[in-house]
Amino acid sequence: MDQQTSSHAAAQNPTAVKRKSDRELVVTRTFDAPPSIVFKAWSQAELFRRWWMPKSVTGVSLVSCEMDVRTGGKYRLEFGTGESESMAFYGKYLDVVPNQRIVWTNDEGEEGAVTTVTFEEQDGKTLLTFHEIYPTKEALDEAMMGSAAGLPEQMDQLDALLSEIGA
Amino acid sequence: MWRPHLLLQQITLTLNYMVQHVASSLDLSFAALADPTRRGVLEQLGRADASITNLAGKFHMTLTGMKKHIVVLERAGLVATEKVGRVRTCKLGRRSLDAEVEWMEAYRTLFEARFDALDKVILEMKAEEEDGSANE
Repeated sequence: MDQQTSSHAAAQNPTAVKRKSDRELVVTRTFDAPPSIVFKAWSQAELFRRWWMPKSVTGVSLVSCEMDVRTGGKYRLEFGTGESESMAFYGKYLDVVPNQRIVWTNDEGEEGAVTTVTFEEQDGKTLLTFHEIYPTKEALDEAMMGSAAGLPEQMDQLDALLSEIGA
Repeated sequence: MWRPHLLLQQITLTLNYMVQHVASSLDLSFAALADPTRRGVLEQLGRADASITNLAGKFHMTLTGMKKHIVVLERAGLVATEKVGRVRTCKLGRRSLDAEVEWMEAYRTLFEARFDALDKVILEMKAEEEDGSANE
């Protein structure tokens, strides 16, 4: 299936994305720090919120970020897009093993993915694997393409905006 | 079905692309895909080629309305049309087949930005840790 790898000009390690199966996406990246540090940056809200939704790329900013990273704990992230109201992402942690793995649900949709992040030590560095598995192939297809049925207002607004700027 | 997380992702990725490559054909694809009727048309053409009249009927639209959608899709390379006699037939364009690859690229761009930002946080954490152990 598709494999896309970064050709980032700077010194950053490459980010690879792969559609592993009909309902799975996998992102891998190496970090120049041991798993204990990388895990900490994923599990403490004040650190996590500094990088998860970089505004320069997504155009949205994190309004609030609550996370209780332990098995059975919950998280809730709220984003503001500026003009429209904020949107929330939330779910619970199914499995947390410090410095090794975090597994969480994405409960804001009906067929949200289950996400697993693993931190693997390699010569003092960390190989990070971000894995999303959707309940069905259709759920992932829809995440990628958007639903052909069902027409949320935001999509119409986006369409209007795009035609305004002449796309 | 209301799926805010997917929407946000799509909106932010699309806007990001709009900002970065306004004139590129990639944006034309995303813009074309932003409309539900056009996504429906692509789904329909994925099953069988169809005339504009036929599509207008299926989506309860005027012929003129459907023609406009087809023009957008055609400009994005998502649909190809061919006129035989008085009938213009539509089929999937080459780009439709690449749509998944493009979405993957947008998804990768998001993660790349995330992880580059995470690199900076990690650098700071490492520096703090070294300061901490130097003071011990």
